[in-house]
Amino acid sequence: MTFLEVKDLRVHFPTDDGLVKSVDGLSFSLERGKTLGIVGESGSGKSVTSLSIMGLHKVGTARISGEIYLDGEELVSASPAEVRALRGKRMAMIFQDPLSAMHPYYTVGNQIIEAYRVHNHVSKQVARKHAIEMLDRVGIPQPEKRVDAYPHQFSGGMRQRAMIAMALSCDPDLLIADEPTTALDVTVQAQILDLIRDLQREFNSAVIIITHDLGVVAELADDIQVMYAGRAVEYSSAEDIFDRPQHPYTWGLLGSMPRIDQERLERLIPIKGTPPSLINVPSGCAFHPRCNYARMNEGASETERPELLDTGDGHMVACHLTPAKRQHAWETDIKPKL
Amino acid sequence: MTTANTEPTAVPGTTEPRLGEELLKVTGLTKHFPIRKGVLQRQSGAVQAVDGLNFTVTRGETLSLVGESGCGKTTTGRLLTRLLEPTSGQIIFEGRDISHLSEGRMRPLRRDVQMIFQDPYGSLNPRHTVGKIVGAPFKLQHVKTEHGVKKAVQGLLELVGLSPEHYNRYPHEFSGGQRQRIGIARTLALRPKLIVADEPVSALDVSIQAQVVNLLEDLQDEFDLTYVMIAHDLSVVRHVSDRVAVMYLGKIVELADRKSLYEQPMHPYTVALLSAVPVPDTKRKTKQERIRLQGDVPSPINPPAACRFHTRCWKAQEICRTTEPPLLQLAPGHQAACHFPENQPQDKPVAPAPSSDTKPS
Repeated sequence: MTFLEVKDLRVHFPTDDGLVKSVDGLSFSLERGKTLGIVGESGSGKSVTSLSIMGLHKVGTARISGEIYLDGEELVSASPAEVRALRGKRMAMIFQDPLSAMHPYYTVGNQIIEAYRVHNHVSKQVARKHAIEMLDRVGIPQPEKRVDAYPHQFSGGMRQRAMIAMALSCDPDLLIADEPTTALDVTVQAQILDLIRDLQREFNSAVIIITHDLGVVAELADDIQVMYAGRAVEYSSAEDIFDRPQHPYTWGLLGSMPRIDQERLERLIPIKGTPPSLINVPSGCAFHPRCNYARMNEGASETERPELLDTGDGHMVACHLTPAKRQHAWETDIKPKL
Repeated sequence: MTTANTEPTAVPGTTEPRLGEELLKVTGLTKHFPIRKGVLQRQSGAVQAVDGLNFTVTRGETLSLVGESGCGKTTTGRLLTRLLEPTSGQIIFEGRDISHLSEGRMRPLRRDVQMIFQDPYGSLNPRHTVGKIVGAPFKLQHVKTEHGVKKAVQGLLELVGLSPEHYNRYPHEFSGGQRQRIGIARTLALRPKLIVADEPVSALDVSIQAQVVNLLEDLQDEFDLTYVMIAHDLSVVRHVSDRVAVMYLGKIVELADRKSLYEQPMHPYTVALLSAVPVPDTKRKTKQERIRLQGDVPSPINPPAACRFHTRCWKAQEICRTTEPPLLQLAPGHQAACHFPENQPQDKPVAPAPSSDTKPS
């Protein structure tokens, strides 16, 4: 049985301006011990997806449909109390901004202890000892002293470590990291990425890492899902995404990024236009107004929504281009320019 | 002491100073923010945000200041635009010392020195229309335009890739990338000579970031602009810069042209920074071991003595704790402040060898 399975997830938010379709038909699965990278720009639905798995959407504001199975348990139809029992213990989340994700009024130790005692019937002393162990485990110096510090007394990197300690305090089977290093400096980012990788190996948990940085997913992920306007446009192993990307949006992302490991490009190749509004998602393929290849599909891009289809060996892509055209475009147009 | 990467090209028929000449020179630039305590507000210490910078900027080039948070790059930008007054040191712009000019005497110079801000949301007044925002420089500087301010503003909007019809709209009607374009249009209004851009693309999405980077490059070509770019993204910096200055705790630790900085970094901090950048290549993980720097950047209130990097440096020896390494030219167009630099040219010894066990690696 797959450990985490998301089937046709839809998360819509009714607003005064119309229905915001943040996630609109998303399916993927993840095994224990594996890391899935979800890549996309702001508004692509990557964070909304993770909040749905964690059951953190406010009841009444979000309309969620579809199915999410965590180790066989369905989460979308589960009651808030049932999800609450899983949160922390079976699944945990690391947020982008540790300063706002932590309570400024309580010490870091107290916040770890609280989560631990909700799920484990232990005394405060035992929980405190566990908190110190966790802080030590994530590389915070002098954990027995720092356990009594407040979040504002930590530096950004330390705070992110403390939050990882908090998330891991109950050995969750699923860890979701939403832009865990975006707010951090590059040397600290490297430390945190190493830490997540080491901890995953140790606990054999499933990890979802959400980011806009293709470099970060390349470091960590086994599989990568590229999202655009609430849907997956490409899904494959990390190697394939970088060696043989198939979707024009993925090409656009790769062309937009200056890279320091290759010859410097004379000019970046940006994607034209801006990401669409999620209230008026373009018809057909949502990417078609920005796509240079949409006109090669005899109008199908404007009218028909492409399904995410397997092109062989598990590489899935949602695009109307025929495999031959795609191959040709990648090899002649895109690859030489990257 | 500098070698611009851009070939100096003459501007025909003008008496304007030419590309490749020195536009800005900074010597010993220092900014300490006092920390006051107690009822008497006595000074108990100082945040040494910027501590003795020396560099020049030549006309038409892009110099980038990079470093991690707290290294003083933003403070430096604010000193160059004189939004802050330096504690000591000199800023010489076109031969004129502007380090301590009063606000009033600085004002005419603001035409020549402009700034692009990081946050496209915070830097535009939400209650002003785009027309008013982009037209403000004309009004403030009492600049008469040939066909009126409105025409000029609409021209600017077109220049940065917005539609002239956007004139009467408000900032909230635009996306982040478009707002950054509005900010750039305002910056360009008076055709400045020097633009200090503080993290101009870091708040933008990847695809939009590339659009704005290309726009900045096009504008530079068109108007012979000089940029001082402040950024932390080393990949973007490599793409846009001619020269790069790496800062650590208020000091420049390395200053070199792009190619030699990225290909032969000399300062261990630069080496560590470059090795920490995640690259979109799944094979690299195994190819190259990353240098893991331990801990965080120390506090600029009480920076480590001598070489400020010695507490985190894997090459540090006794001399690093006692003697501060000066910023020296170790290769053509390449300065570094380190007792034990990496990638040193084999044939050239370090200028004044501080220690006999200096070994090129």
